Amino acid sequence: MKQKFDTIISTCVPLPLENVDTDQIIPARFLKAVTRDEKFFGDNLFRDWRYNSDGSPKKDFVLNNPLYGGCVLVAGRNFGSGSSREHAAWAIAGYGFRVVISSFFADIHKNNELNNFVLPVVVSEGFLQNLFASIDKNPKAEVKVDLPSQTVTNLATGESEKFQINGYKKYCMENGIDDIDYLLSQKSAISAFENNK
Amino acid sequence: MNTLFDKIWDSHVVSKIKDGPEQLYIDRLYCHEVTSPQAFDELRSRGIKCFRPEKIICMPDHNTPTHDQDKPIADPVSKRQVDALERNAKDFGLTYFGMMNPKNGIIHVVGPERGLSLPGMTIVCGDSHTSTHGAMGAVAFGIGTSEVGMVLASQCILQQKPKSMRISVQGELAKGVLPKDVALYIMKNITTSGGTGYFIEYAGSTIRNMSMEGRLTLCNLSIEMGARGGFIAPDEKTFEYLKGREYSPKGSEWDKAVAYWRTLRSGDDAVFDKEIAFDASDIRPMITYGTNPGMGMAIDAHIPSESSIPEEGLASFRKSLAYTGFKPEESLIGKKIDYVFLGACTNGRIEDFRAFASIAKGRRKAPEVTAWLVPGSWEVLKQIKSEGLDKVLEAAGFAIRQPGCSACLAMNDDKIPAGKYCVSTSNRNFEGRQGAGSITLLASPLTAAAAAVSGVITNPLTLL
Repeated sequence: MKQKFDTIISTCVPLPLENVDTDQIIPARFLKAVTRDEKFFGDNLFRDWRYNSDGSPKKDFVLNNPLYGGCVLVAGRNFGSGSSREHAAWAIAGYGFRVVISSFFADIHKNNELNNFVLPVVVSEGFLQNLFASIDKNPKAEVKVDLPSQTVTNLATGESEKFQINGYKKYCMENGIDDIDYLLSQKSAISAFENNK
Repeated sequence: MNTLFDKIWDSHVVSKIKDGPEQLYIDRLYCHEVTSPQAFDELRSRGIKCFRPEKIICMPDHNTPTHDQDKPIADPVSKRQVDALERNAKDFGLTYFGMMNPKNGIIHVVGPERGLSLPGMTIVCGDSHTSTHGAMGAVAFGIGTSEVGMVLASQCILQQKPKSMRISVQGELAKGVLPKDVALYIMKNITTSGGTGYFIEYAGSTIRNMSMEGRLTLCNLSIEMGARGGFIAPDEKTFEYLKGREYSPKGSEWDKAVAYWRTLRSGDDAVFDKEIAFDASDIRPMITYGTNPGMGMAIDAHIPSESSIPEEGLASFRKSLAYTGFKPEESLIGKKIDYVFLGACTNGRIEDFRAFASIAKGRRKAPEVTAWLVPGSWEVLKQIKSEGLDKVLEAAGFAIRQPGCSACLAMNDDKIPAGKYCVSTSNRNFEGRQGAGSITLLASPLTAAAAAVSGVITNPLTLL
């Protein structure tokens, strides 16, 4: 939810798969909730990769591996493709992730993450693969995500990259402000626009 | 610049935030029951009303059962969500087409067929397949629930303007090749992320020759290419389709509208950020073998070898085939299937039923196949009956169900069981999309019909 974002240093949860779609992040049968209960969505994050049909955890899935943890999810390219369901961003936030690092995000999901104060960090494919290698070598490898300077650093190797975020969204993330707050301040401009159409 | 996308988008920009997104005015918001309840609650928690209720249309479609719609929904959780939409529409003074209302159906089928989605509009919905409405010559795209809240509150959203891409397809499609095949073919070539960051304009003689139903299918699948949306410049076919529809402009308003719509085309000197061209004669009936819609091939081709997959994509490729149970380099022809699904916002329109019926006619459904034929709306069902297609399909052993999203994402009871194979005319073959553990093969209505009557994956060209 609305929370201010500054700098985060954390271990990572690696998911080295491409094209992770939002149906995997939160399957459709969990979309019937009429409230925004993040704990419910977080509990069902990656449900069918994480649990067997009898509810027992799948041992080989990364979220069930006690070696890995932290508030940074690292995923292969084209993360969040498919359905526009914001429930996917709620599930990621509800689980406790505050950053997702990938070399490529699907457009709608990226907006949904930003609107829920989860920071999508786009890195080069090389940086991503090196980060996966660092985590593979040492599950306690950390990254530093610095929003004010827009840099992400693999603390295991010292490799650092700048990432993009538009100034407005950066301001919103840093100050815990959302778009509705902004739009509500614009009503007279919107009415004027309608009258000129 | 000077693309149609620029014209429509730029004329809807209320203001641009310095070093930030644009504030885009929205002409039409559609709400369904799944992605809207939290947005309405957002307005309630702020104590505000809907800013422009007359521009908003609500209808349930994802949870609706495809039988006995005159009775209350049996699943209490689905019922709660549908009831919430009805209550929200009432509380905020919005138009609501409930179950059993003759105007109900899948939002992306109903909007165009009622004349609610018009050329030149900006259209959004908390649903990625909102791109469908682009077939009417509109800039239409899916948004998240927070953004639905923004539109409810202000009739605007904040958006970075996407780049523009033109995909041209020239030439005549071979017999038995449908718009669905064109879309699956484009996806196979540009992948499911090839359109990310872009808005697509489809152009070329193949597109011009497509019916409005075919264009709706193609634009529907823009999101599966990663694009925010895709559209087709309106032409005489568009105007002919819209004329006389319930909510289309009437009388002098119609003439005025058409005069404006005729100006909606990209300039001859328009510059796109990216251009891709395809030749219609290269396209054959398609089918998918993996777990994203870009993993498709011509139905008589073979699954790619591992050596043809880039290193960083190999883990995903292997995971995908492990899920579907297919092997690299094999053909799918003759593989046994269990279910067939005709419907969804992709292929739930009258032409799709005509195509399916053309193969079913004079044949019988294979006894071991379960087939779900789900019209996209009550209006489509009415048309099916008026053309006598219901009789043709019934004689072949097929039953027609009541309208809704159904087995496309299995939020109602229409779930494909684990381990079962479904040839589906829907839009996504993601793991578990049609029910936990189910396996989806995306294809056109003709290919779906060929599988339904033979019980195995069959090249529809052999049955035409």
